[in-house]
Amino acid sequence: MSDLYHVSSSPHVRAKDTTGRIMLYVVIALLPTSLFGIYNFGAKALLLMAVTIASCVASEWVYNKIVHKEQTITDFSAVVTGLLLALNLPVTLPWWEAVLGGVFAIIVVKCLFGGLGQNFMNPALGARCFLLIAFAAHMTNYVTDTYTGATPLAAMRNGEAVNTMDLLIGRTAGTIGETSAIAILLGAIFLILMGVIDLRIPASYIITFALFTLIFGGHGMDWNYLTAQLCGGGLMLGAFFMATDYVTSPITPIGKIVFGICCGILTGLFRTFGANAEGVSFAIILSNLLVPMIEKFTVPRAFGVVKEAKNREGGKQ
Amino acid sequence: MGLKTFKGGVHPYEGKELAKDRPIAEVLPKGDLVYPLSQHIGAPATPVVAAGDQVLKGQKIAEAGGFVSSPIYSSVSGTVKAIEPRRVAVGDMVKSIVIENDGAFTEVEYSPCDDVTKLSKEEIIGKVKEAGVVGMGGAGFPTHVKLSPKEPDKIEYIIANCAECEPYLTADYRRMLENPNELIEGMKIILQLFPNAKGVLGIENNKPDCIEKLQDLTKNESRIEVCPLQTKYPQGGERQLIYAVTGRSINSKMLPADAGCIVDNVETIISVYNAVKLGMPVMKRVSTITGDAVTNPGNFLYSIGTNYAELVDAAGGFKEQPEKMISGGPMMGFSMFSLDIPTTKTSSSLLCLTKDEVAAFAPSACINCGRCVEACPEQLIPSRLAKFANNGLSAEFEKWYGLECIECGSCSFACPARRQLAQSIKTMKKQVLAAKRKK
Repeated sequence: MSDLYHVSSSPHVRAKDTTGRIMLYVVIALLPTSLFGIYNFGAKALLLMAVTIASCVASEWVYNKIVHKEQTITDFSAVVTGLLLALNLPVTLPWWEAVLGGVFAIIVVKCLFGGLGQNFMNPALGARCFLLIAFAAHMTNYVTDTYTGATPLAAMRNGEAVNTMDLLIGRTAGTIGETSAIAILLGAIFLILMGVIDLRIPASYIITFALFTLIFGGHGMDWNYLTAQLCGGGLMLGAFFMATDYVTSPITPIGKIVFGICCGILTGLFRTFGANAEGVSFAIILSNLLVPMIEKFTVPRAFGVVKEAKNREGGKQ
Repeated sequence: MGLKTFKGGVHPYEGKELAKDRPIAEVLPKGDLVYPLSQHIGAPATPVVAAGDQVLKGQKIAEAGGFVSSPIYSSVSGTVKAIEPRRVAVGDMVKSIVIENDGAFTEVEYSPCDDVTKLSKEEIIGKVKEAGVVGMGGAGFPTHVKLSPKEPDKIEYIIANCAECEPYLTADYRRMLENPNELIEGMKIILQLFPNAKGVLGIENNKPDCIEKLQDLTKNESRIEVCPLQTKYPQGGERQLIYAVTGRSINSKMLPADAGCIVDNVETIISVYNAVKLGMPVMKRVSTITGDAVTNPGNFLYSIGTNYAELVDAAGGFKEQPEKMISGGPMMGFSMFSLDIPTTKTSSSLLCLTKDEVAAFAPSACINCGRCVEACPEQLIPSRLAKFANNGLSAEFEKWYGLECIECGSCSFACPARRQLAQSIKTMKKQVLAAKRKK
């Protein structure tokens, strides 16, 4: 017979979402805080975004070319990494250091481990920590023409007061994309509405961190201090856009909550007792390393399967 | 809270508007009819006719090959042409009885039952068995086996699977609108077997007219109720339906009877009615012939064994050349490379699509997004199971509950990286189960 029909195993239909579309949603969700960053810090912020995105995309293209892999830049994931990296940089950073960060994020953290889906830590955060170590002075220089003081977190460490309203709107010193809680939340709401992320990780992260700060922060029930801790640093950006990175967070529903709690505790620990005022990046990266372990212990029981471990548990008691 | 349903699931494009408003039309077969001896779960039927024999419509041509098996009846009168292997919808060659249709449709005499309430339980089950009733929703499990649980007194629910959750399919929908009395009478016959059970018609809320009609017709039936369900695939999955209706959950090692339930689909219950009340064996069924390639999509009552090509002709043929032909729905149906395939007791639909949308997709890397986990009605981690499957890790596969997969395809449907999750898992499941049988 000449005209045979197509044959494949079921299902024969697919949902509309693709990897590229999801990544595009993330880029769209990052627009409010990116635009606010440009408004807040000026054209230099836009330049940094442009160079990190360009260096991330170019790195992936070159790497794939060299190792003869299929091109993957059209999935937009390198764009997301580049933009997130820029949002995590102080606007004062020399542009070539930002380029280096992009190369590190894509080549070292992502491609060397097998590319999209295989990296064990968030590429943008990996690069930020790399830059923090390599260019410590540049990476912690938040002084611009507009903001001559310290970041809100550092200011509070020194016992200075901060204006809550400024924190919410984002009129403070800090990295390009972390200052405006409102802009970040706008993007986060969009992601939740589009079904890209759910609240498990961000909510457990933020709640755990808030509790930790209330109990161990040494400021008791000081709402002003708590708000500053929540909105004054990288927590909002980290909780909604970095900790929720699919690849480096657990896939199991309970695992997501455990992961958020880990992030919350570590952030609280680093901020309260650490040498730096900030701790989000390290907390998320360290929690990324725990993901395989978390997943292993949080495999959900299949539907209708009753606890088989009864005997074992009985034996223990 | 909203309507009853289950956790997980997906919302594929429904496509039911194509054939939904087309009343059931009867199609008389013209060409040869082919009856595969294995069109149910269990032992193949054994032929009781030989090539050259004359048969009548309604005459038994093959008897059950064991307890878990089912007899087959000729749906036309004519001559047995051959008993030979023929290609079936799933792609296998299956030994089949081929009958040349004489076009006269000379029937045997049936023995209807005037008062089914006087029948004993054994008589009812005997009639169901003798008529060759099997699960006509697709699985083909012999109904008399389902109706003979170890402890009939412990059955509390007879659930009519009226969900019809597969996209495009509208055969059950038309049956509920056009033959609601047969459905209810069939349900009453089954309820006669189980004194402690109540009958529940589980219907997705995308069929409000069916819900209304059946609610109206059952308002004086103390033992039958209608349970509207949320429209979500796979709402008609046996375990999902049981959970939605009763809140009880079963796993792969349990039978619905273990949760006090028996689930039968619309067409099956109507066949039970035909078997017990009218004394007629399973010879006909309703299927949806639909898809964007078909000129006049519709629902057709036809003689089982009719070639699919004849049904396409009945639907006006193709208005456009199809690229893909699916026996069943788009989520769990089997794609066929040819139309020269006989219909069987379990043929619920023929879907003819001008575009094979999945063929163009190349799978990309898993980004661990968890959409498959959200979609899985069995609360599995499909992306991991598929990885274990592709790497041949059977121990891990079992440990992560791979054998609980119901093969509904929701994970593959949801995957943004277009990975063949369900396909990998299904294959591994077969291998693991085969290895277990060997032991």
